[in-house]
Amino acid sequence: MSVDFFYPEYEIVRDQNRCISCRVCERQCANCVHAFDEASGKMYADDSKCVNCHRCVSLCPTRALKIVKSGNTFKTNSNWTNDYMKEIYRQANSGGVLLSSMGNPADFPVYWDKILINASQVTNPSIDPLREPMETRTFLGKKPAKIERDCDGNIITKMEPNLELALPVLFGGMSYGAISYNAHASLAQAAKSCGTFYNTGEGGLHKDFYQYGTNTIVQVASGRFGVYKDYLNAGAAIEIKIGQGAKPGIGGHLPGLKIVGDISQTRMIPQGTDAISPAPHHDIYSIEDLHQLVYSLKEATDYQKPIIVKIAAVHNVAAIASGVARSGADIIAIDGFRGGTGAAPTRIRDNVGIPIELALASVDQRLRDEGIRGNISVICGGSIRNSTDVVKAIALGADAVYIATAALLAMGCHLCRSCHTGNCNWGIATQKPELVKRLNPEIATQRLINLLNAWEHEITEIMGGMGINSIEALRGNRLMLRGIGLTEKELEILGIKHAGE
Amino acid sequence: MQKEGQIRIPAGCAISSIFSRSGKRIDGSKIVKSIEIMHDRSNGLGGGFAGYGIYPEYKNAYAFHVFYETPEAKNACEDFLDHHFDIINLSKIPIRKNPRITNEPLIWRYFVNPFPTKLADSQLDEQEYVFRSVVRVNDQMPGAYIFSCGKNMGVFKACGYPEDVGDFYRLEEYEGYSWTAHGRYPTNTPGWWGGAHPFGLLDKTIVHNGEISSYDANRRFIEMYGYRCNLLTDTEVITYIVDYLVRKQGLTLTEMANVIAAPFWSTISRKPQAEKERLTFLRNAFSSLLITGPFSILLGFEGGLLALNDRLKLRSMVVGEKDDMVYIASEESAIRVVEPYVEKVWSPRGGEPVIVTLDKSVNV
Ligand code: SF4
Ligand code: SF4
Repeated sequence: MSVDFFYPEYEIVRDQNRCISCRVCERQCANCVHAFDEASGKMYADDSKCVNCHRCVSLCPTRALKIVKSGNTFKTNSNWTNDYMKEIYRQANSGGVLLSSMGNPADFPVYWDKILINASQVTNPSIDPLREPMETRTFLGKKPAKIERDCDGNIITKMEPNLELALPVLFGGMSYGAISYNAHASLAQAAKSCGTFYNTGEGGLHKDFYQYGTNTIVQVASGRFGVYKDYLNAGAAIEIKIGQGAKPGIGGHLPGLKIVGDISQTRMIPQGTDAISPAPHHDIYSIEDLHQLVYSLKEATDYQKPIIVKIAAVHNVAAIASGVARSGADIIAIDGFRGGTGAAPTRIRDNVGIPIELALASVDQRLRDEGIRGNISVICGGSIRNSTDVVKAIALGADAVYIATAALLAMGCHLCRSCHTGNCNWGIATQKPELVKRLNPEIATQRLINLLNAWEHEITEIMGGMGINSIEALRGNRLMLRGIGLTEKELEILGIKHAGE
Repeated sequence: MQKEGQIRIPAGCAISSIFSRSGKRIDGSKIVKSIEIMHDRSNGLGGGFAGYGIYPEYKNAYAFHVFYETPEAKNACEDFLDHHFDIINLSKIPIRKNPRITNEPLIWRYFVNPFPTKLADSQLDEQEYVFRSVVRVNDQMPGAYIFSCGKNMGVFKACGYPEDVGDFYRLEEYEGYSWTAHGRYPTNTPGWWGGAHPFGLLDKTIVHNGEISSYDANRRFIEMYGYRCNLLTDTEVITYIVDYLVRKQGLTLTEMANVIAAPFWSTISRKPQAEKERLTFLRNAFSSLLITGPFSILLGFEGGLLALNDRLKLRSMVVGEKDDMVYIASEESAIRVVEPYVEKVWSPRGGEPVIVTLDKSVNV
């Protein structure tokens, strides 16, 4: 019906003077936007199918292409925005739940951008990272509450298992299935080379990647896909995924069209079936149950691996974190409402959960108020976009951060937010062999390594400016932060002063 | 103007100390002379001293030195002390008027011991009982501030240049085997005597020169363990860290130094296996207590003295020895002025603690 017609949001502009009809765009676009018209000898494009992934733009040899906002608009209305109207039409047509991918793009405050960092002047010298050692090594896991000594008075140095990171940045969970084999291979190799960890997400671990076990965090989610004893023992740590920032309160969804070949084998489910993780873990209905799962996993791995519990940042996240800290878990990962996803109901992605900055600040403070911050390390994610976000997160109280969207961007993702279609033109969120092979694991690995190296340079430079030469002296050092344009309440929750104070 | 504790005031400083290994009793004029030479490193907004072995006649009692802003504060505090301690002696601390020391509070001294029954009821050890009582007064009784609470030792401090503070307290009348001194250069006017250094907790006192960049990371960690950093000063948080690591966690002084001025990972990696494991353990277990930024500290304690620089050695600190005497100061001049014939003089490396203690046979 004509009411369902939408004028394309983005328009492909082709400079016919530059176009040489090489048909690269046609071959590169898995959405079949471009076509060659034999009669006129010209290229044409169907804008309505374009997702604005910039694949054709990037590969056009003559720079003949660009994508612009089409500008077509309904009558302007601040309440009934274009998007809300279109969504109504769509649902009136399909009767279905709206789906989206990647993180919440809506215009909510980004607190990272309202926080400023300190630097030393006169009373305290800044430190030059090119001349002095700058340390970013981080350990994640429980710290001993009491020192014990042997009969000779020597300190007993054995402690609960910890993860050692060269830089407090880990790659967040993205399942094999949601992203491609090549994407996983790149993350695994980059993690190994940078002395950090990547996270399998909830799709199991492909046999080929067991070799990266010492740099792997294996996830156990409510669907238990691909979970068995060898898998649990393959990684350096185990993450129980309770929730995810993009869709708190519901489980992961992977459409059947992505469950092909190795993925079905790795997940241990039949080809083509939708992989729907239940909303809760059906063996965790309360905090005591979490305690049992934590210890079952510890038993299964002989107490050799730290257990991470990942939760979404929701309203009472501080109380939940305190419960998690008492469950025996070694690390808590908090995922903010901007966190990415391969597919989530739009309404949930855009309306459920809270910003990671506020969640992190209140969790860290609550754990300290209760005197149990040493029992558990805190990883935050969703979304960390650059090295200053990392510095701010650590100064607010995080031990380390997860990056996932940023890692995908490093590999080529252009945030077209169409991962759920399975047609990722960059070979990342797809399982189509012809698309997957577009992602060269060697190049992608190097780009991930470059990104972490660049961030490390920036982080140590900023630390040096503050007169701090080891990352642990930054952790929870909120005096190094000031808010700008924030209300009293926001400052109070973040536990920082306003700029100028 | 906000006072110390309402605002964090960075400060530069001078520090000095004199220690007799044989337990010789040195009168306070010598340490005054030593710190005086570094006059330019202070700006008259805070000076102070700590002497050890100065109260031999009461050596088994806790000596409380207290500032009172009002007589009411004094009544409230004495009432509290009466209920919790057996007060063996009390008096005003003798002073001499000095034109450059003004606005003095009431300054009292009490020699006390916990009531044995109260102590037993509290199920705390004696030191913890004293510690908590002091925190209670300082936290909850406005206008009363116990600034010294160890045995056979005492802190003397005020707003002013250290040499004037020494004169004011008539330090030449005290004799001790160990003295530390501090001249302060705060970048703001605190105008409050409690903010001067040394900062004391039980027998431990700290004087410190520097501004630590890890302050809030340290503060927010140590506050988990019952400490309240009300003064917002580096010295206060360092004192609490030392107390926590040494008294509560039972670390040795060297182990404590390995935590707060931990060796770099690159240094640790070159150590023999057992040492590597020990240092890695300490750095990991107490990572939030690493202190960064420039500092030189002198930690006085019963029977000894520890000097420590930050791991990059961003503040000057010199050690000199002659016979049984050890001198440690920000500048060599402060040593030579009291001991022109000092023999061994050296600068300890960053993060390397210098620990001196009384000879075994000495009983003070
Ligand atoms: S979907 Fe991507 S490749 Fe296809 S036309 Fe649009 S921008 Fe180009
Ligand atoms: S992963 Fe691919 S489909 Fe998903 S947002 Fe990035 S470019 Fe688009």
